[in-house]
Amino acid sequence: MSHPLPVVINNVRKRFGERVVLDGMNLSVAAGETVAVIGPSGGGKSTLLRCINGLNTFDEGEIRVGSFILGPGGNHNHTAGVQQVRRLFGMIFQDFQLFPHLTALENVIEAPVHVLKQPRAEAQRRGRELLARVGLADRANAHPRELSGGQKQRVAIARAMAMDPRGLLCDEITSALDPELKSEVLTVLEALKREGLTLIVVTHEMGFARRAADRVVVLDAGRVIEDGPPSQVLEHPQMPRTQRFLSEVLS
Amino acid sequence: MQPARWVRWGGGRVIRTILLGMGVLSGGTAWGNSTAAAKPPLRWAADAEGGAPYIFKDPQNPDKYRGFEVDLAEQFEKELGRRIEFRQYAFRSLVPGLERGDFDFAMNGLEITPDRRKEILFSRPYYIYTLQLVARAGEKRFASLEECGKAKLLVGTLEDTAAARLLDQMTFAKKLYDSQVEPYMDLELGRIDAVLLDLPIAVYYARPNPKLKFVGPRLGEGYYAIGFRKDQRALAAQFDVALDRIFESGQLRRIYEKWGIWNEDQEKLFSGGKIADVLKESSRRWTFTVYFPLLLQGAIVTVELTFLSMLLAMAIGLPVALSRLYGPAPLRAAATLYVEFFRGIPVLLLLFLIYYSLPGIAARYDLPFTLRLPAFAAAILGFGLNYGAYEAEIYRAGIRSIPVGQWEAAASLGMSRPLCFRRIILPQAIRVILPPMTNDLVALFKDTSVVSIIAVEELTKEYQILSKSSMKYLEIGLATATLYLIMSVPLGYLSRYLEKKWGRGL
Repeated sequence: MSHPLPVVINNVRKRFGERVVLDGMNLSVAAGETVAVIGPSGGGKSTLLRCINGLNTFDEGEIRVGSFILGPGGNHNHTAGVQQVRRLFGMIFQDFQLFPHLTALENVIEAPVHVLKQPRAEAQRRGRELLARVGLADRANAHPRELSGGQKQRVAIARAMAMDPRGLLCDEITSALDPELKSEVLTVLEALKREGLTLIVVTHEMGFARRAADRVVVLDAGRVIEDGPPSQVLEHPQMPRTQRFLSEVLS
Repeated sequence: MQPARWVRWGGGRVIRTILLGMGVLSGGTAWGNSTAAAKPPLRWAADAEGGAPYIFKDPQNPDKYRGFEVDLAEQFEKELGRRIEFRQYAFRSLVPGLERGDFDFAMNGLEITPDRRKEILFSRPYYIYTLQLVARAGEKRFASLEECGKAKLLVGTLEDTAAARLLDQMTFAKKLYDSQVEPYMDLELGRIDAVLLDLPIAVYYARPNPKLKFVGPRLGEGYYAIGFRKDQRALAAQFDVALDRIFESGQLRRIYEKWGIWNEDQEKLFSGGKIADVLKESSRRWTFTVYFPLLLQGAIVTVELTFLSMLLAMAIGLPVALSRLYGPAPLRAAATLYVEFFRGIPVLLLLFLIYYSLPGIAARYDLPFTLRLPAFAAAILGFGLNYGAYEAEIYRAGIRSIPVGQWEAAASLGMSRPLCFRRIILPQAIRVILPPMTNDLVALFKDTSVVSIIAVEELTKEYQILSKSSMKYLEIGLATATLYLIMSVPLGYLSRYLEKKWGRGL
């Protein structure tokens, strides 16, 4: 596996019309670090991930992913275009977004074959390997409609991993799952952390944050209001806003 | 129409005298006895306006009428022992005039047609007519009606005649007149390229004119008969008997020879049974094995037309849909305009414009090409443009129905927008698009029946031609409907099957 990349978010502002979503956001994620992003809804968590991935543009500031620099309005410094940053960091969505017309394996090999131009046989071999790693070796030929939510999300992770990314952006990837299915997805995520990927995980799973995150970052109203190791942020929050949020989530 | 006027037809007495003198009167008629005077005269209607050689004003004596039907009327007077009074009546109003009771019979080159037979009663035929094509003396472009049609030349004829119907069936460009003089005048002047009319008319008006010539063999064959009101069976029967005698006595042949319209065809008039038998015979000849292959040919044209038009519609629909969805503003506007225009005008009008108006535009602006599309190509273009607008909207809706998350998921995997569209969006959209598209295919399949107006002989047109020729409206109609159903019902099932199969799991 290629070495992980750091992410630096520098004073990023983003508004949707009148509403300010990111209000001078600053955040650094070291290579190989796992950061859990928590906070009340509407705090800018998803937008942050989408900006890092180039799915949303922003109005001010700068985002660095390794040597790739994203600027306001979708400007960037790479000749290969914004697709390049997306190859560096894969993204997993809350609602999976598997391609329903393709089997699990076809979902996984679609981008390697058509973007990376890998030979199909090679991509299939790697794809089966990845599906095995997320515990779905036997479901390679199943269509998404034949899979449970947890299985779908594991296929989505395998699909992102097939592009050999330096990190993953996870946007509330267990929120749509029943409690008993959440753990199978989170277990996969913890394994990826052990492999050394940079992970930025927007989540409501405090157990996962406590167990797997190197740092917990609390977002509110488009700013980072608290940032530290899980033991400090989750057990001894400094800000009243964080305390209130945690008591709501944990109750 | 001219004001109707009763005319005392004065030729009868003179000729009667001559005939008496010649001693040709056959015995056994009521002629000359006392009952003849007692009975009221029979009223005969015909159109004498430019009506030679049937009936026309005598140039030497404008109070009198001449023509072979005038001579024939004299014979009837003798055979029936009743006076016959002539009444001028517009040709095309003869049938309604009969029904109104304005006169007792119509004798005016009235052709026996299935349509007319529904409304009036016919005597047995008194003349077997054929059609004659006439062209300018110097004409070199064609030597037959077929060649004339292939060259897409304009043929003039009288409206509501067998010639007009034949031209329709052969899908000619034709110009209709309501008198038989003008077509030959226009032909001489070069306004039209040929005239197709009944042989007696051609003999009288065209043969004497050195600037015109007969082209090709005599065509078609039909019967002139005397028309009566439907309840006048007895009168019609009397005329039939009288006609028999006039023929047997040789008078009929003499009259026709006098007018130059006798030919051997006329021998057939009285060799067989009655006209009803002739029609029955022709109907009997149109058996299933005769008409069904023709219907099948029409069905094949319908299928070709449907699928080629749909292919064109699809080829137009996708780029238009993509332009509306993702194009820059001017392209988007153009695509919207396209959809609104072609969805908003009737396909019938569109076909007319393409088939009849485009060549004119090319000519007016001296374009280096003619734009004179063959009917089949014009039909495909018309339907392709029309259905292209519908398909564009179906595709647009189908593409938009794929959630934006699919675009984002593909983008997050490093896929470009075109790649994502081709690999991810389109395959899913096709499943949404196919059921309504199959529906359109079924609709188009039936819509193609309107192309008969620009002379493409598809299934419905074939039905019209065959049913009129055979009078088997019901039988051939059912066969035609069956053919349509055999083709469209499976398409409908396919549509529902696709909907079921692909509606799931998305």
